[in-house]
Amino acid sequence: MNLLTATMQLKWNESLAEFGFIASVIMFMLAIMRMSKVKTARSGNWLAAGAMALAVISQFVEEGQINPVFIIVGIVAGSAIGAYLAWRVQMTQMPEMVALLNGFGGLASMFVGLASYFQFIETGARGTLASLPAVGAFTGVNLMLTVIVGGLTFTGSVIAFLKLSEKIRGVPILLPARHAINVALGLLALGFSALAVWAVSNSVLGVLLLVLVGLLALAMGVTLVLAIGGGDMPVVISLLNSYSGIAGALAGFTIHSPVLIVSGSLVGASGIILTMIMCKAMNRSLANVMFGGFGAAETGEKKKDEYKNVKSCDVEEAALVLADAQSCIVVPGYGMAVAQAQHAVRELSDQLAKRGCTVRYAVHPVAGRMPGHMNVLLAEANVPYDQLFEMDAINSDFKNTDVAIVIGANDVVNPAAKDNKASPLYGMPVLNVEEARSVFVIKRSLGAGFAGVKNELFEKDNVRMLYADGRKACEDLIKALKEA
Amino acid sequence: MNAFILLEIYVFVLACFAGFQLISKVPPTLHTPLMSGSNAISGITILGAMYVAKVSAEAPFGASTIFGMLACALAMINVVGGFAVTERMMRMFKKKD
Repeated sequence: MNLLTATMQLKWNESLAEFGFIASVIMFMLAIMRMSKVKTARSGNWLAAGAMALAVISQFVEEGQINPVFIIVGIVAGSAIGAYLAWRVQMTQMPEMVALLNGFGGLASMFVGLASYFQFIETGARGTLASLPAVGAFTGVNLMLTVIVGGLTFTGSVIAFLKLSEKIRGVPILLPARHAINVALGLLALGFSALAVWAVSNSVLGVLLLVLVGLLALAMGVTLVLAIGGGDMPVVISLLNSYSGIAGALAGFTIHSPVLIVSGSLVGASGIILTMIMCKAMNRSLANVMFGGFGAAETGEKKKDEYKNVKSCDVEEAALVLADAQSCIVVPGYGMAVAQAQHAVRELSDQLAKRGCTVRYAVHPVAGRMPGHMNVLLAEANVPYDQLFEMDAINSDFKNTDVAIVIGANDVVNPAAKDNKASPLYGMPVLNVEEARSVFVIKRSLGAGFAGVKNELFEKDNVRMLYADGRKACEDLIKALKEA
Repeated sequence: MNAFILLEIYVFVLACFAGFQLISKVPPTLHTPLMSGSNAISGITILGAMYVAKVSAEAPFGASTIFGMLACALAMINVVGGFAVTERMMRMFKKKD
């Protein structure tokens, strides 16, 4: 619906389309509700897909007599590419895939903004900008904001994609005076936007300003996300997800479509909630994640923290302890994803379960590179989700546990977060692995984690380091257990 | 102030509140699928893309049509790709029998 024409009597096809839009909005809301519960999540996804199909059909019905060739070509091509990408992607590449898809959504919104601007120029006086001054300014401002938010969502997501797929280094890249650069880019984009709205009747100047705003927005996405480290990507991805929803809502204001406004803001709001959950899990503010340059210490002077009294062991020793264990908690981290060790970890826990040991998994909310990363990987390896426990549900059980196996996790098990006020991690909720009777840390070397902080866990008396590749270590442990 | 714009702002504010309320407590197991599912929903911008990509008596062919067509394609990558990866992830979540 175009609310601007709402005073006029709607044609029959437009009325029909409105009912379709209302139904699809209701379906979207129900879908998001269902997606937040494990039992109903899958049906929720299908409901959302159905709502999307209904919205697209309704849009066709509303447009009535048009030449739809360009729309259909775009839809067919996009659907084919989307289906191909989704079919081909490995489960381990899911974080970067989600980031990339999100980027395409942002770019789509940006192009809607650009196209709307061109439409105003092409239709001349018939456009709403010229005929209705107050509406024109509002529409114009929203149009430019669509371009800005869509553009920075696109490049921000692409940078996140490159960092997650390790095509560029994960450490924060801090430009000198980056805060000043970001503020300047933002102010310039807003200033040129105002000029572009004002200049819409002068097409050459208008388009020039429009392109300039677009380029500034694209640059902003790059500078903002380059400065954020790989370990903070869970926050960044959910925030960018929220942005792409907001860009959609802004596009809705631009073409005056309520269904776009509603669905866009639903996504925007739910993305913000996930973002806040992630920040809370690290006990850091959103501003600190976005602008703090956290983890940059790694790149600076290579100050090596001295480790004292670290005890290592080999696979046979570890297998001996595991063979007698009655209870075991596995703590996975990003390293498990890198080593692609999730299947080996599952087999190891099967082997332990066969010997009468209860195996559970403790999943820290920010373990990995996207919200829920470990859950997806372990699900891929067929670990039943009722063996996965949230930090709060399992943290008090470590002290009654025989063995804790830390595989590829570092900062989320660092006890310094609890008792060392000088540590940058201080205050972050962590897993109490050191309370288990014995702890094995599977790790390739004694290197620092994402935060670049020394891990005091490694110096505890009940902790043994098992230096190996995660997958290899698990496979060797299975072999040793079978012989024991 | 135009009444329709006001109405749109009401719709926006209410939808934001609804968005906050709909997801009160999400189990961590679902963080990734929820994110990629809602990411697919953000492809709703396809409606805006269709609006600008059409060619009709009021909307002649021009740069807007080309950008609109590209926007249609990009939005559909987001929509189809998003729902499909979410379905793939959801299929993996199961309880031990």
